Amino acid sequence: MTTATDELHHDDHHHDHKPSGIMRWLLTTNHKDISSLYLWFAFIMFLVGGAMAMVIRAELFQPGLQIVEPDFFNQMTTVHGLIMVFGAVMPAFTGLANWMVPLMIGAPDMALPRMNNWSFWILPFAFAILLSSLFMEGGGPNFGWTFYAPLSTTYSNDSTALFVFSVHIMGASSIMGAINVIVTILNMRAPGMTLMKMPLFVWTWLITAFLLIAVMPVLAGAVTMVLTDKYFGTSFFDAAGGGDPVMFQHIFWFFGHPEVYIMILPAFGIISQIVPTFSRKKLFGYASMVYATASIALLSFVVWAHHMFTTGMPLFGELFFMIATMLISVPTGVKVFNWVATMWRGAISFEMPMMFSLAFIVLFTIGGLSGLMLAITPVDFQYHDTYFVVAHFHYVLVTGAVFSIMAAAYYWLPKWTGKMYDTTLAQWHFWCSLISVNLLFFPMHFVGLAGMPRRIPDYALQFADFNKWISIGGFAFGLSQLIFLALLIKACRKQGEPVSDQVWEGAEGLEWEVPSPAPYHTFETPPVVK
Amino acid sequence: MESKQPEIRKTVIKLVAVVIGMFGFGFALVPLYDVFCEITGINGKTSDVAATYENVVVDKGRWVNVEFITRTNSGMPWEFKSQTKRVRVNPGEMHQVDFYAHNTSSRDIVGQAVPSVSPGTAAIYLNKTECFCFDQQPLKAGEEVIMPMRFYVDPALPEDITYFTLQYTLYDVTEQAQEIAYNRG
Repeated sequence: MTTATDELHHDDHHHDHKPSGIMRWLLTTNHKDISSLYLWFAFIMFLVGGAMAMVIRAELFQPGLQIVEPDFFNQMTTVHGLIMVFGAVMPAFTGLANWMVPLMIGAPDMALPRMNNWSFWILPFAFAILLSSLFMEGGGPNFGWTFYAPLSTTYSNDSTALFVFSVHIMGASSIMGAINVIVTILNMRAPGMTLMKMPLFVWTWLITAFLLIAVMPVLAGAVTMVLTDKYFGTSFFDAAGGGDPVMFQHIFWFFGHPEVYIMILPAFGIISQIVPTFSRKKLFGYASMVYATASIALLSFVVWAHHMFTTGMPLFGELFFMIATMLISVPTGVKVFNWVATMWRGAISFEMPMMFSLAFIVLFTIGGLSGLMLAITPVDFQYHDTYFVVAHFHYVLVTGAVFSIMAAAYYWLPKWTGKMYDTTLAQWHFWCSLISVNLLFFPMHFVGLAGMPRRIPDYALQFADFNKWISIGGFAFGLSQLIFLALLIKACRKQGEPVSDQVWEGAEGLEWEVPSPAPYHTFETPPVVK
Repeated sequence: MESKQPEIRKTVIKLVAVVIGMFGFGFALVPLYDVFCEITGINGKTSDVAATYENVVVDKGRWVNVEFITRTNSGMPWEFKSQTKRVRVNPGEMHQVDFYAHNTSSRDIVGQAVPSVSPGTAAIYLNKTECFCFDQQPLKAGEEVIMPMRFYVDPALPEDITYFTLQYTLYDVTEQAQEIAYNRG
């Protein structure tokens, strides 16, 4: 702890003096540098995971097996899921937290800058291990990102050890990131910044960070049990040795359900920042937003078994998990209504962050409603493990989480670079993404309801037309992200019109009071919040 | 900044304790799950210790059908079946059902039968005073055996259950058995 303090003092004496080249990035303890690393890493992983989705969609373009072997197809679905969850969405949110939380609460940096450096720099190793396992003899993990036993124990190949090790590292990184966020928010707020004055992005991240430290260790435990079952003769999930494979699902989803809120609560925070700015009104129902977020987080711990309705649970279990799950739609509904009420009679303008936020509100709600359908136990027996589930979680994760990350990037990018990005490219990116993403995911509802199972490389002929459209949508959505890449490269080269400190007309908050671009060190003397 | 360090340290210590606690909790879920399932009997697991048959009142006015299903896990080269497909019993009445196992392979194999009751809520009302599933079954190559299982249905069985199925799955546990023998020896 003292070294961290010394480091900060050291920096105080040498303003903006930093080692050049690669060492600057390897050794940096500056929250802005680290979060830029996080964001670029997440974007690269988004493209890598996206490339795997392209393989999946190419194979599914037509019925029959034409491009890849079924085993490789399974590796693609597995690693696509792992990369998008742990490599793209979560690091992107951690990156945004690193950039914005200190600026929003008036802190000079994160509370634990050295740990911040660690929590980022172990990530590339985790994903290098995971990706290299694809090139092993026998191939990479092929049991789905949920790694159900006994698929991941009895029937898995030897890359499982690498999979387990990489998940351990990802978990350690997330836990360190989460601890840093909590400690920063609880201890480093500017004078006068009470908890109930914090911007909602800070609130939602505080709650997310608590979810992370509660469930990531459980995931670490689950992968450890898989490891010892496979290699060291334990029988946690092996019925022959007295274990129970269904117990794996309980432990996994005890982590897994809070995990899906980890990927959406920060998105709620981002939308709650952007909508008031471009409606030029205060956020409607600030306190109810905070309480809704907290109640979603608490409820997330008692709904895990809705992923397991078809495992033969007793009736009262199914009823309990059905009702608890449907309860979550109440605080979620509060949020959606608050955003709509914020826009009501506001002077709305449609800049790029607002466009993505509006798309988020509509499309996330579609995903939420299909989630509500899945929550109903009797119909879940029909929907379970079909493309309907795939449609549901891609609506909440792509048009939900990913769109919110893009909205955040468009919202704060001018503050980071000091220049307005290329708005024409941004328009192209938005409209291409919006149209293609719906072409990609909406028909999945139909094929799912008609009975097309997920995680298969081949399908019955009657699904052929829809799958062709889905694949075309997939390729178009993938290509659309290259527009975003071009825009980001231009923005990082500092091309474009200079922006004011406030950037957006209706923007309020401490982050808009520092100069644009935000200097390397900010708020060394804490601001006073009235 | 300086003044905040003690508080930062305190918060970090608390959070690290939460992380360690939750890692432990993940493992504690294993026994908790077993205990929960044993008390409620919801996952169809029957008790793995012998029950006693004392002061049980036979309910002559009620009949329950108990069906027996056997299967072998994949790669388990045994013939395994129940001599009786189904019995009709009064709750509280003692019954014996024999199971036949035959090692059809040319190597010695240790088998372990794992029971499962459906509907799962009936599991805690099935009391076995003697069962081959309490122990491992070592069979030499080609050896056959008749294995008894004595049980009674608890008269407290809920009224709505009139029919339940007891399934045994037979697993090859030769490797684990050898490890245990090796560790003990």
